Amino acid sequence: MSDEEPEDARPRLAVWKFASCDGCQLTLLDCEDDLLALSGKVEVAFFHEAVTAPDEGTYDVSLVDGSITTPEDAERVQHVRAVSRRLVTLGACATAGGIQALRNYADVAEFRAAVYARDEYIDTLATSTPISAHVPVDFELRGCPIDRGQLLEVITAYLAGRTPDTPAHSVCFECKRRGTPCIVVARGIPCLGPVTHAGCGALCPAYGRGCYGCFGPSYSTKFPAFIPLLRRDGMTTLDIVRVLRTFNTAAPEFDAASRQEELG
Amino acid sequence: MTVGTPASTVLDKDGLDALIALLAGDGRTVIGPTVRDQAIVLAEITSGAELPYGWGVELEAGHYRLRSRTDGAAFAHSAGPQSWKTYLHPQRERQWTADLTADGDMEVREETSQPPAYAFIGVRPCDLRAIAIQDRVLGGGPHADTRYAARRRQAFVVAVECTEPGATCFCVSMGTGPAVGPGYDLALTEVVDGGGHRFLARAGSAEGEEVLSRLPHVPADEETAGTARRLVEEAAGRMGRTMPEVDLRALMQETLDADRWNDVTARCLTCGNCTMACPTCFCTSVEDVTDLTGEHAERWRRWESCFDVDFTHLSAGPVRASPLSRYRQWLTHKVGTWHDQFDSTGCVGCGRCIVWCPVGIDITEEAHALNAERAAARGAGEVSR
Repeated sequence: MSDEEPEDARPRLAVWKFASCDGCQLTLLDCEDDLLALSGKVEVAFFHEAVTAPDEGTYDVSLVDGSITTPEDAERVQHVRAVSRRLVTLGACATAGGIQALRNYADVAEFRAAVYARDEYIDTLATSTPISAHVPVDFELRGCPIDRGQLLEVITAYLAGRTPDTPAHSVCFECKRRGTPCIVVARGIPCLGPVTHAGCGALCPAYGRGCYGCFGPSYSTKFPAFIPLLRRDGMTTLDIVRVLRTFNTAAPEFDAASRQEELG
Repeated sequence: MTVGTPASTVLDKDGLDALIALLAGDGRTVIGPTVRDQAIVLAEITSGAELPYGWGVELEAGHYRLRSRTDGAAFAHSAGPQSWKTYLHPQRERQWTADLTADGDMEVREETSQPPAYAFIGVRPCDLRAIAIQDRVLGGGPHADTRYAARRRQAFVVAVECTEPGATCFCVSMGTGPAVGPGYDLALTEVVDGGGHRFLARAGSAEGEEVLSRLPHVPADEETAGTARRLVEEAAGRMGRTMPEVDLRALMQETLDADRWNDVTARCLTCGNCTMACPTCFCTSVEDVTDLTGEHAERWRRWESCFDVDFTHLSAGPVRASPLSRYRQWLTHKVGTWHDQFDSTGCVGCGRCIVWCPVGIDITEEAHALNAERAAARGAGEVSR
């Protein structure tokens, strides 16, 4: 019998953080009952939130949390891509630039001078951009935060060698499947459901609150037809710009619609 | 009236309570209309007190509001946000499970769980027809859905004739109401006047007759029967919408390149709400679920919609990528090619697609517009005869 440890055949998983609140990567730890099964099937080799001795090298799957906001991160994401067979972005920051992409509409130098006493120590980019703006991405998970079930779906799909199943239709599908009477039609509540990507299970409308688009745009949005609906239900131009400029503000469809709205 | 005859009888509110208790007592899951989330939804009920007594609805394109009624009627409301397909053709259902065996084979087991025996209270005539249409689509032919058929076989249907059509209703145009057609076990007509709050009841099946005989009832008096008939006749004259009185199948075939499709597509959100609310839309997709061990897999079927880009996704991408192609597919299938496929129209005139479309696209308005465009193109005056 050899003294050497048997080689670990489990796929190696890494979790990377860029500009984010960490909520999406912590979703992995929130998997609770599935976490033990998961750690039996994949080697969590690199994860600052959970692994005390990060294992350098290459990885079968990299989960990337956060957007690119500094020159250093713009370089680091190139390294992540180079050492990863599959790269999956986690949530609104990594997939669309996050709430911090509000800087894209303003003068960052001005912010920096207002916030920091000695702003010469701050090295930041003028924009917050999604991972896909820098390197090729294999799969993008939506949401702020991501849905735990969808994260497990992506990992199990890769383990089984199949395509992940994360429908790109509107949140309306999920309200109807859940049996929630439409809050736009029955209550006149402004709701981004018709233009928002499914995946949350239509959580907010089930509690009488309008969807605020935290999963970003669906694969088929029609803003010219949709915006008048928000206005009918009481939103002003400022309200509309604001509701489109949250976690997915830099998603191309939301960005174009909010800019169009500002132009009037 | 002698017990056991199919002639009509009258139940009062206590009789309706007794009906619900009896059906539940027979082991059925009783589903009926009830007020929840500021709408009249379909949900499991355990007593008549949960019915929407005193609630009506105000309907328009893209608009639904609950309204209280002074007459206290339980069924004087039009079709709600859901339909009976929620129960007969559930939005997500397991088809089979598979496990890896010790010798490396896959053992596949069909889903064998017993579907509940339902009793449906308050099936409107338009919805009764919708069930008949889904029976044809899902329950028959070479690919019959055995689980649908099992749920359907066991279901006890209490229809209620329509005396209060909504502004978005057009069952008269589609020939589905407001009087009840075949397919019920019991049919009720609600009458509220100086003679009291009562329900004219008749059986449409042996089982219905048997259930009716076990309820406290009195023979139908002339006045109640006459009033019930009159209320339904009057309802026929109060339809909020009409379809053009032309061959809709031919209209669809002859207007595939109409400008109107561009017009409606400019308004359509492609959100899929119309198909999900429609009582006959039946399309599904399958999802394969594997677990982390890789030793267990399941196939589930879920509601899908022709408005979903992925619905027609083939190796080269979606066949119906444009919103125009998707809206046109829905409408031309619903009232046109449905005839070729299933020998009937797929539309029952319930108006749900009009009400639950957030931007209020109106299937009847679109059909009239296509008809007008065709007439104009022909240079003839045949708009709506």
